[in-house]
Amino acid sequence: MIEISGLRKTYRSRKRSVVAVDGVDLHVGEGEVFGVLGQSGAGKSTLLRCVNMLERPDAGTVAVGGLELTNLRRERLRVARHGIGMIHQHFALLSSRTVAGNVAFALEVTGAPRAERKARVAELLELVGLSERADAYPAQLSGGQKQRVGIARALAARPKVLLSDEATSALDPETTESILRLLLDLNRRLGLTILLITHEMTVVKRICTSAAVMRDGRFVESGTVAGLLRQPGSELARDLFPLDTSASVATAGGGVTIVDITVSGDEADEPIIADLARRFASDVRILSGSVETLAATRAGRWRLALPGAPEDNSEALEYLRKRGVTL
Amino acid sequence: MTWSEVFELLSVGFQETAWMVGVATLLTAVGGLLVGVLLVLTDRGGLLPAPPVNAVLGLIVNVGRSLPFIILLVAVIPFTRAVVGTSIGTDAAIVPLTIGAIPFFARIVESALREVPADVVAAATAMGATRRQIVGKVLLREALPGLVAGLTITVIALVGYSAMAGVVGGGGLGDLAIRYGYQRFETEVMIATVVALVVLVQVVQMVGDVLARRLTRR
Ligand SMILES: Nc1ncnc2c1ncn2[C@@H]1O[C@H](COP(=O)(O)OP(=O)(O)O)[C@@H](O)[C@H]1O
Ligand SMILES: [Mg+2]
Repeated sequence: MIEISGLRKTYRSRKRSVVAVDGVDLHVGEGEVFGVLGQSGAGKSTLLRCVNMLERPDAGTVAVGGLELTNLRRERLRVARHGIGMIHQHFALLSSRTVAGNVAFALEVTGAPRAERKARVAELLELVGLSERADAYPAQLSGGQKQRVGIARALAARPKVLLSDEATSALDPETTESILRLLLDLNRRLGLTILLITHEMTVVKRICTSAAVMRDGRFVESGTVAGLLRQPGSELARDLFPLDTSASVATAGGGVTIVDITVSGDEADEPIIADLARRFASDVRILSGSVETLAATRAGRWRLALPGAPEDNSEALEYLRKRGVTL
Repeated sequence: MTWSEVFELLSVGFQETAWMVGVATLLTAVGGLLVGVLLVLTDRGGLLPAPPVNAVLGLIVNVGRSLPFIILLVAVIPFTRAVVGTSIGTDAAIVPLTIGAIPFFARIVESALREVPADVVAAATAMGATRRQIVGKVLLREALPGLVAGLTITVIALVGYSAMAGVVGGGGLGDLAIRYGYQRFETEVMIATVVALVVLVQVVQMVGDVLARRLTRR
């Protein structure tokens, strides 16, 4: 749905130039929720703004829904933008219009006839649960409500793709949760493809099927969330799912083998540790760990202590590997 | 001089001022909006970036802003004669008033439009709005309370400028105060005129404030 390759963007001013995006390749499949995670200044917003050409890339190509955008003429690009919704960190609503008026604006720009607009606005406000506030002005709304208006407006022209620039970063945790739930719901019900950028791990954890970690304009890691969890040494997996690695155990006679294991998908719900204990080391201990539900999958991570030196446990480790566990 | 004579003078002066300031305000509103919008559009990061045009326009506006009004009044006499047919009288005074006020209001328009947050404009662009829609439905509409407040300031500045219209025989309240009070020491006329001007400015400001407040949804 979104195909980006070799994307580069440099901001130049008289004094200095900043390479904001430095060669990014990205593929977001239809119906996917892709999260780009990174610290402030990593180039996330620039990347996102290149997807709908709010920023012109210096190099590389961007295609949305099979349409290459980088070389489109202004009028064709304007029409193509109707198919790409966008929501913003600070909502970017028109303060002079009501909730209904803000949503109607998105229909006005597509040239929808007045008669259709009214019904569609009502439908969209229903969708985001704001029908009662149709006549309120943005200044009278809470942050979460403002973002719902932003979402309704972004969906007005029935886009296939939604771009989200830190949509929950100005919201408190509870409101964040409700907005994420709404996005996930829209993704599932409308088959909406979502590309979001965030600096919050919880957003990725909660709704993303795939993710990338961005640093200094580049992707340092990228893949499905399930895949990244299995990837040894993945930063995302480590941050998504911190394991208390200080947990240790006093070495009894004969030594101890400490292993960190990660399971995802169906395996996460199976009694792996119990099986392990039954078959090999009855004294297996859990030093730290947890099981969590992510958007796309369930996953568990544990640090285990097996009695005996690593050589003595090779069979047990082999067993874990066979069960699809990442060590 | 009797009070009824004073009243007669005031009434004529008021009508002249109202006419000059009223027409000049209308023309200034149109001209100032146009120039102000162009200043914003042609700016480097604007919707129609054209730095050379922006620089030239900015220079013209600054020249207009820096000329003392009395000099402008005389300097535009040939132009006034070409437009109005005469360079003296109330109608003729409207030309320099408008030329003096357009740069003033244009800068106010420019700064009011710049107050519209960049991400609101970006959002409209991302939605696929045309530039015309962005100017009309986003920039001007969002800046409307500021524009109304700015126009109020401009009207009051015009009332002030119009006092000098007497130089070209424009008449008006300000001219009355100067001629009777300053030159002939008719203190009652001067005081009455000044009171009338204060009331006029007060009313304009109040109407402007109320309008701007009604339009504000923040
Ligand atoms: N309009 C701009 N002009 C100049 N530099 C910019 C501009 N926008 C962003 N940058 C710079 O580009 C880098 C990436 O910014 P941004 O894409 O906003 O990162 P993020 O969204 O990850 O915080 C930063 O160093 C920032 O200062
Ligand atoms: Mg950002």
